[in-house]
Amino acid sequence: MTSIFFILFLKIFVGLALLALVVALALLFDGADRVVHARMQRRVGPPLLQPVYDIVKLMGKENIVPRRASRFFFTLAPWLALVVTLMIFLYIPVGSARAVLGTEGDMILIVYLLAMGALVMAIGGFASGNPIANIGAGREITLMMSYEFPLAMVISTLAWVAYRSGMPGPPFSLETFASVSVWTAVGEVGDFGLMCLFLSLAFVVPGETGKGPMDIPEAKTEILDGLIIEYSGVNLALLKITFALRSFAISAFMTSLFVPASLAGLLGVGGFFIAVFDFLFFWVKVFVVQMIFVTLMRTSFGRLKIWQASQFYVMRVAGLSVTGMILLSIDIMTR
Amino acid sequence: MSATYTIPVGPVHVGLKEPVTAWLELDGERIVDAKVRPGAIHRGIEFMARERNPIQVIYLSERICGICSFSHVLCFIRAIEDLANLSVPIRAQYIRTLLLELERLHSHLLWSGVACYTIGFDSAFHLGMQMRERVMDVLELLSGNRVNYGVATFGGVRWDVTPELVKAARGMIRYYRREFGPFREIVMEDPVAQARMRNVGVLTRDDAVRYSATGPTARASGLRVDIRKSSPYEAYADIPVEPVVPQDYFGAARGDVLDRFAVRVLEVYQSLDILETVLDGLPEGPIVAEPNLNKVLASLKKADGTGWGIIEAPRGDNTHIVRLKGGDDNVSWWKVRAPTYANAVSWPLMFRGNELADAPLIINSIDPCISCMERMMVTDGRNAGVVTKADLLKRCRQKTFDMRANGFEGGAER
Repeated sequence: MTSIFFILFLKIFVGLALLALVVALALLFDGADRVVHARMQRRVGPPLLQPVYDIVKLMGKENIVPRRASRFFFTLAPWLALVVTLMIFLYIPVGSARAVLGTEGDMILIVYLLAMGALVMAIGGFASGNPIANIGAGREITLMMSYEFPLAMVISTLAWVAYRSGMPGPPFSLETFASVSVWTAVGEVGDFGLMCLFLSLAFVVPGETGKGPMDIPEAKTEILDGLIIEYSGVNLALLKITFALRSFAISAFMTSLFVPASLAGLLGVGGFFIAVFDFLFFWVKVFVVQMIFVTLMRTSFGRLKIWQASQFYVMRVAGLSVTGMILLSIDIMTR
Repeated sequence: MSATYTIPVGPVHVGLKEPVTAWLELDGERIVDAKVRPGAIHRGIEFMARERNPIQVIYLSERICGICSFSHVLCFIRAIEDLANLSVPIRAQYIRTLLLELERLHSHLLWSGVACYTIGFDSAFHLGMQMRERVMDVLELLSGNRVNYGVATFGGVRWDVTPELVKAARGMIRYYRREFGPFREIVMEDPVAQARMRNVGVLTRDDAVRYSATGPTARASGLRVDIRKSSPYEAYADIPVEPVVPQDYFGAARGDVLDRFAVRVLEVYQSLDILETVLDGLPEGPIVAEPNLNKVLASLKKADGTGWGIIEAPRGDNTHIVRLKGGDDNVSWWKVRAPTYANAVSWPLMFRGNELADAPLIINSIDPCISCMERMMVTDGRNAGVVTKADLLKRCRQKTFDMRANGFEGGAER
C-alpha cells in the first residue's frame, strides 16, 4: 500500500531533483545563449559554462548591503525571486511526464509566479536606496503592467478554447495542453487566431526575461544595470540564476502551450523509454524556443525606451492577442 | 508630483567613451535641466609643448586624440607651415588627404558602432568594431601603426604610398561598399533605431548657428558647412566635396540623433569616393620638401609669428594656433580647439525635454573623443599569462613586418 507519506516523500524527492536539473539546464542554456549570440555577431564568445563560473565566483565574493538600503527587503528580494521562479517548474509538465505539483496549480498560478518574480526584484531595487536602481525598478513595474494584459489574454483565450472544444482535462491546466495539441482542436480560422496568440506570447517573452529589445529595467548603457546595480556577492549570484531561470521558465511555458509535440503523443503509446525520450525531447524544444525568442530577438534589435515598450505591449501586442481571441471565438462559434 | 531629483551620468559610465559628467535634473524619466561638467581628463598637453621644439611637438600633438590623431598632427603642421611659409610637394598633399579620409572612415565606423551600442544594439556594435579593423590594417600598412600614425612632417609626409598600399586600399574600398550596408539600413529602416533616435536630442538650425556647432553635428542640423569645400586645403581643391546634409536625403533636416547618424553613415560613402579619387589622381614626385630635419629645425628657429591651421576633422572644425618666437627653440604657445569643444556647448540644449534613456546617446551623438589603453592581458584560457607593453610592441611590429612581407590579405577576415 502506498501511503500518502510515501507519495509526499516521492514528490519532494522528484521535485528537488527536477529543480536541481532545471537550475543546471538554465545556466547551461544561458551559456549557450551567450555563445550563439556571440557567434551571430561573428565573435568567439565565452565558454559554454561561463554563467556557472560567474555564479561560483560571485558566491565567494563579499555581499555588500548599501548603507541607505532597507536591509530586510534588499536581502530578501533575491532569495524570494529565486524561489518563486523555481516554483514555476513544479507546475510545468515535462514531456509526457506529469508536473510534480500539476494537480495543485495551473496556468494562472504560473502567471502569478512570473509576475511575482518581477515584482520581488523591483522591490529589491526600490529597497537598495539607489536612485538609479529606483528608476530600474520603476521601469520593471511599468513593463510588467504592460505585458500582463496580453499574457492574461493569451492564457484565458486558450483555456476557453480548451473548454469549448472539449480537450480532455481541466481547461486552465497546462497538462491539458501538453497532452493534446491545441492546434488540432481548432479549424482554419482558429489556426490564424492561435498564430496571433503565439506571436503575442512571443513578444511577451523578451519583456518577461528582460532581454532583447526589452532589457529596459537593466539597461546597461543607460542606467548601469538598473535594479541590480547595488547587488553583489551571493545576492547577485541569486539574481543571475533568477534571470537565467526566467528565460528558461517562459520558454518552457511557451513550449508546453504551443509546441506539445511528443513521441508518446505521436505514437499514442506509453512506456518507460518513450517517457524518457520525451523528457529529454522537451528540453530540446525549450532550447529551440529560447534560441529563437530570446537569443535571436536580442541579437537583432536594439533597446526600446520604456514608454515605447509600454505602448508596444498595451497597443500592438494587446491588439494582436484580442484579434487572436476574436478569430478563435469565430472559429468555435461557427463550428 | 513635480519634485525633481538629480542623477549624474558619468564621469565614468558604461555608455560613455570618455570621462565627462552630465548632471541631469529628472522628473520621472524626463530631463528637466542638464549641467555638463567636463574636466576629468585634462592633461595639459599645450603646456607640455612649451618645453619641446616643433618637431617634438608633432608627436605630442598626435597624442591629443586616439581616433583623429592625424587631424591634430596635420592641423599643427599646417599652422607651422603657415607661419614659416614652408611649401609642400603635391604628392605629399595627396597622401595627407588620403590619410585624412582614411581617418574619417575609421572615426565614423567606430562611432556608428558605439552609437548602436548605446541603444543596446550590440550586434551592430560588434559589426562596426570588426569593420574598423580593415581600415586600421590599411593605415598600418602605410605607416606601421594602427592609431598614431607618425606620417606627417613639416613640408611633406614621412611614408610614401606603395603599389601594394594602393591595391590594399582599393580592396578596402570595395569591402566597405559591400559590407557597410547594415548601418545604412539601421539609419533608413530599422524600427527600433528609428524609435530611439528620431526626434531625440534635437539641435535646431538656429541653435546650431548660435552655439557654433561644427562638422557632422552642424550638418545634421541642416547647415551646409564643410571646410573641405569652403576653404579647401591639401588636395581638396582638386576634389569636389559636397557637404552631406540630411535635407538632401530625407527631405528635411530635423537635427536629431538619427540625422547625425545618417550624416556620418553617408559621409562614409563620400569618404570612399574621395579615397578613390585620391588613389586615381596620385601625382608623382617627392613626398617631402626638405628631408633633413636639422635644416627644418634651424629654419623654424628663425621663424617668428603666429600660424593657423584649420581643417575639417571627422568630428568638425579642428583649429590649431601656434606662435613661434624668433631665436627660440621651443614652441612659444599653442592653442588647440578640438571640434568637441565647440559641439559640447550644445549638449544642455539637446538634453532638454528628452529622457534619461537618451542621455548617453545624446552625449555620444556629437562623437566626443576617446581615451586609449596601454596595457592588457591576453589569455587563451589554458596558457594564461601577462603580456607586457614591450611584448605587445614586439608583436605589433612583427605583424606589420609580416604584412609588408607577405602582402595584404584582408584584415577583417583574419
